[in-house]
Amino acid sequence: MAKYRGVIEVDTERCKGCNLCAVACPLHLIELSTRVNHHGYNYAVQPDQTQCNGCSTCGIVCPDGCITVYRAEK
Amino acid sequence: MESINIKSPQNIVYAKPRLMNDTNMHYCPGCGHSVVHKLVAEILDEMGVEEKTIGICPVGCAVFAYRYVDIDWIEAAHGRAPACASALKRLWPDHLIFTYQGDGDLACIGTAETIQTLNRGDSITIIFINNAIYGMTGGQMAPTTLMGMKTSTCPYGRQADLHGFPLKISDIAATLEGTCYVTRQAVNTVGNIRRARKAIRQAFENSMQGRGSSLVEIVSTCSAGWKMTPDQSNQWLADNMLPYYPLGDLKNTVDNK
Repeated sequence: MAKYRGVIEVDTERCKGCNLCAVACPLHLIELSTRVNHHGYNYAVQPDQTQCNGCSTCGIVCPDGCITVYRAEK
Repeated sequence: MESINIKSPQNIVYAKPRLMNDTNMHYCPGCGHSVVHKLVAEILDEMGVEEKTIGICPVGCAVFAYRYVDIDWIEAAHGRAPACASALKRLWPDHLIFTYQGDGDLACIGTAETIQTLNRGDSITIIFINNAIYGMTGGQMAPTTLMGMKTSTCPYGRQADLHGFPLKISDIAATLEGTCYVTRQAVNTVGNIRRARKAIRQAFENSMQGRGSSLVEIVSTCSAGWKMTPDQSNQWLADNMLPYYPLGDLKNTVDNK
């Protein structure tokens, strides 16, 4: 079992839907929403928030700095 | 329920750098420029030198860099950023002066300024984004465009007899006496982003300690110019750019001291 649990928060109005976070996530927990922000981009979402371990990979690859990663011990 | 409870400031392990402001960046989705902006903002915050830093913007996609990173910036004429940096460093030797340039600005119109500045050995840092294309003006051929690569001004691919060969600026810079650190990095994967971050930090420290010029070349993507998705661009970069522009330190005199 993972020792940490995490969750991400996406700044949906800043996100451009480049999909790099979804590709980079080692657990494949991120996908693009079917909804769009006011620029018309499909923003990133994390539908299943129970599996994330807060590794910050998505935050590091996000070009626009939209992702805040929270991590806490289980 | 649990996941909502951990959203508190003390649990933040990664967030947008403090020095990066809230203005939405004009870069295309997945652009390497944004990643490097973020690294610069993080490193300056980490080093605590934001009040003593002056960046020089180029002409090209990164022309609006001054809108996004909350430090002092100067906008230089096309290709003249290193000359401007050289002057600033002589006026304020205790400041951190860096230029942020693309391949059109640094390797084409600004080749003379770049080489002469590096050869003078002023303690500045040049961050060179190499995406093998002119991104801002619509994807024309750049000096760094790979052989056979199609762009809007070489639609049949770059040919040696017509267009010459791709220019390896970092290899030239490594032969100059004035440079103390020349490295080539990429921002296509998490590992490469971490290594690029270390390289930029090293270059900034060299500048602050007056060791000589540092050049950090960052092999980057231009998904709009290459006409690919951001993910395909990263893959294309690994498959095509990296064999010609291999990553790693080309010169590092700091370790030998």
